[in-house]
Amino acid sequence: MTMLAQTERGARSIRRLPDLTTLGILGLLLLAVNALLAVFGSAIAPHSAAELIGGGAFGPPSDAAPWGTDYLGRDLLSRVLHGAKYSIGIAAAATLLGFLAGISIGFAAAEIRGRFDVVMIWICDIFLSFPSILLALLVIAGFGTSLPVLILTIAFIQLPRVIRLSRAVAMGISTLEFVEVARARGESLPSILGREILPNSLRPLAVEFGLRMSFAVLFISSLSFLGLGIQPPEADWGGMVRENLSGIYYGALAAIIPALLIGLLVLGINLTVDWLSGEVPKAESQDLR
Amino acid sequence: MTFLDIRNLVVEGRTPAGEWLPTVHGVDLSVAAGEVVALIGESGAGKSTVALAAMGYARPGTRFRQGQVRLAGQEMLTLPPSSRRRIRGAQMAYVAQSAQASLNPAMTIGEQIHEPFAIHRIMPEGGVRQRVAQLLTRLDLPSAAAFTRRYPHQLSGGQQQRVMMAMALTCSPSLLILDEPTTALDATTQIEVLKALKAALADNRGAAIYVSHDLAVVAQVADRIVVLRNGRIVEQGITADIVDAPRELYTQQLVEAFRPRAPAKPAGSIDNGAAALLEVEDASSTYVRDRLFRKPDKTQNVLNDITFDLRPREALAIVGESGSGKSTLARVIAGLQPINGGRVRFRGNSLAGRSRDRSREALRAIQIVLQSPDLSLNPGQRIQQAIGRPLQFFFGMSNAEIPARVAELLAMVGLPADYAGRFPSELSGGQRQRVSIARAFAARPDIVICDEILSALDALVARQVLDLMRKLRAEHDVAYLFVSHDIATVATFADRVMVLYAGRICEIGPPAEVFQPPHHPYTALLLSSVPVLRLNWLKETVASNAPRPTQGRAWNGVGCPFHARCGLAVRGQCDAAPPPIRQVTKDHAIHCHRSIAELSAVGSSSCVA
Ligand SMILES: Nc1ncnc2c1ncn2[C@@H]1O[C@H](COP(=O)(O)OP(=O)(O)OP(=O)(O)O)[C@@H](O)[C@H]1O
Ligand code: SF4
Ligand SMILES: [Mg+2]
Repeated sequence: MTMLAQTERGARSIRRLPDLTTLGILGLLLLAVNALLAVFGSAIAPHSAAELIGGGAFGPPSDAAPWGTDYLGRDLLSRVLHGAKYSIGIAAAATLLGFLAGISIGFAAAEIRGRFDVVMIWICDIFLSFPSILLALLVIAGFGTSLPVLILTIAFIQLPRVIRLSRAVAMGISTLEFVEVARARGESLPSILGREILPNSLRPLAVEFGLRMSFAVLFISSLSFLGLGIQPPEADWGGMVRENLSGIYYGALAAIIPALLIGLLVLGINLTVDWLSGEVPKAESQDLR
Repeated sequence: MTFLDIRNLVVEGRTPAGEWLPTVHGVDLSVAAGEVVALIGESGAGKSTVALAAMGYARPGTRFRQGQVRLAGQEMLTLPPSSRRRIRGAQMAYVAQSAQASLNPAMTIGEQIHEPFAIHRIMPEGGVRQRVAQLLTRLDLPSAAAFTRRYPHQLSGGQQQRVMMAMALTCSPSLLILDEPTTALDATTQIEVLKALKAALADNRGAAIYVSHDLAVVAQVADRIVVLRNGRIVEQGITADIVDAPRELYTQQLVEAFRPRAPAKPAGSIDNGAAALLEVEDASSTYVRDRLFRKPDKTQNVLNDITFDLRPREALAIVGESGSGKSTLARVIAGLQPINGGRVRFRGNSLAGRSRDRSREALRAIQIVLQSPDLSLNPGQRIQQAIGRPLQFFFGMSNAEIPARVAELLAMVGLPADYAGRFPSELSGGQRQRVSIARAFAARPDIVICDEILSALDALVARQVLDLMRKLRAEHDVAYLFVSHDIATVATFADRVMVLYAGRICEIGPPAEVFQPPHHPYTALLLSSVPVLRLNWLKETVASNAPRPTQGRAWNGVGCPFHARCGLAVRGQCDAAPPPIRQVTKDHAIHCHRSIAELSAVGSSSCVA
């Protein structure tokens, strides 16, 4: 059966997006809200990230601080709004960067093959054999924790996986006949990669992009949790969970809300990915009525 | 005991206008456990639709209207999709016509054969390995680890098809659906696959449905034959009855169409005086990459000492069994595969090995059309883009000029102009093949290389496409290099035929001469492998053609590559020295140690005994 499904998927669905599902809509909505937060969060925040608004640490929700205050008595809502751009923005930028580089290298390796390919895979495998957190620690130890370093580090950690995946995807496509015809016509390497291979690999790459992006969100959180991410007074959501952890004992929302938001962001990404990678269930449900 | 019982099945298909019209009108069919039932009929008869319905599956764009499909007492059509899928996974397997489209190009053969085990977790790891090895041997495939590490594109078509069967048989399915499993194969490979399949079916002891348009093939494997036409059953009965005593008129016509006939005389009007368009001289090629410190190894070549020329407006056919190097030769000329010896010249100028290094003019003059209608067009591009690209690439046409020319080209291949806005998925296989042909002709080529362009099409559609190729040749002064395994087609279409075996030329000449003695013993084998509508044809041919080929047969690189299989081989000569070229007539040459008199003395059937 897998074979049957494969042929049909191969033949028809490369171009079209799958039909929207309820969960798919939910995922897209979550992503849209998060994207808005990342872009406009700082602008609509009532207070700055560092401002002490009085009312003490782990204060309960009030007019001035609708979600209460954090461990230093700052407005939690404002800090969450400011932090959105880090959690989402860094993850998105790093993943995008990793994908641009990874797809270029992976595709080129698949098309050129030979020694270039062998060496590339070899390097990827070496990096893949290290735990990513260890690699990140090494880079950050060397270059500090500025925003660009953070983005580049995470992009770099994503790279080997993206290279391997895009290489595999491109390899599958590059032996297909329409690519052979283009090659026989004498098309250049960029033309073959851009016209023939890339448009036909968008689905699997989009799915992987989602997964990598979730990874990046969680990874930034864990870096911040170790104190290596965004530096105070600014904080991403992961960092806020860490700094407010003790508030859990007082029943404060300060640690719970950022954790919840991270969960929702990752959920949104995953629902969207599931929708994108989903089988086309309509054909099945249609066959009997 | 009835294992599968289909009652009053009605399936509807959606027309382009969005209407639902019945394509299968009330079919009743039952299959006993262990029985092999063939569904036969021409294109559009509903064979595949009925076969898929047996799995409770309706292709996208089709739906079940009414009827019952009971599998081992279980009603398939009313089951929830998830349980239906589970039953399919555990009890059924499906082998499609196009192995290339069904195998995952990014996974090795071994990984793919293992996949069903991994999914259904039905056996310990050691048992799996043993079972896989056993299946590969059963299907006459090498079971060595080196073979299972190959990727699908590194196998020949026949090997791919058998790998598909191995995958289908791994879980010992109680119902196996085979949809035209040998249609895309050449005659000698088909025999091997059929033989392997027959043994594997007997081994598996499950029921099987065999879909085919080829009555001669079906008569060799099926216990019972069901003749379908326009979505209805015309006649069904045990194989011997259908073949020897068909009752219905339609079945009688069908049987008649498969009776052996003398090959028709080809047109044969080659311009002998003209300078050759393409000259290939001692060309050889290999897929084994050069490594440092390793001497090139001639026995690894898949093409050896290929010498021939192609004259203007000539149709030169290349025949030979799967793996004989036909596609490789086509790829060499198209610049997709470098040569490691010899020369290829176009209009007297040497051609670079890689297309990228060739001149625009040489690229334009040589175009290629490939086998699979599903894969030869970029699924993400509209037809306009597909045909427009060569116009832009070779003639620098602007976006404003392209649509008019695309419309002309579409008209030339018999498609309406508004197809330019469609995607390949919105076209039938034959229409897509026409688009590929239009794309090749867009470059105003001098030579069109056709690699098995008919083999994935239904017989009727294939005939129409072939007529189109004839018409285009007359109108456009183009020469064809026509790779095909269909000897009957070749006999009527080509001016000359080249028979390849193990990457070497056996014989070359006009079809009327090549297909009559005197001819090369391998040509004789090829001819005897074309299925004949007769019960037991397979058994007899397999027996008389022994020893049968085995893939990757050892050949020492000297002597005649065919000697291990040749009934006329002369010890000490055929295995020791390369065969001399014997000129039968000016245009007809045979590469063989035997003299022309000796080759004439033996008829086409006895020389393979
Ligand atoms: N990419 C590849 N890498 C390694 N070996 C290959 C590759 N492609 C083909 N071969 C091998 O080269 C030989 C010739 O293959 P080729 O595809 O030219 O045969 P063919 O005559 O076209 O067969 P078919 O009728 O099955 O298409 C075969 O032994 C095949 O296994
Ligand atoms: S050269 Fe010898 S082995 Fe080869 S085909 Fe002729 S007789 Fe047979
Ligand atoms: Mg081939």
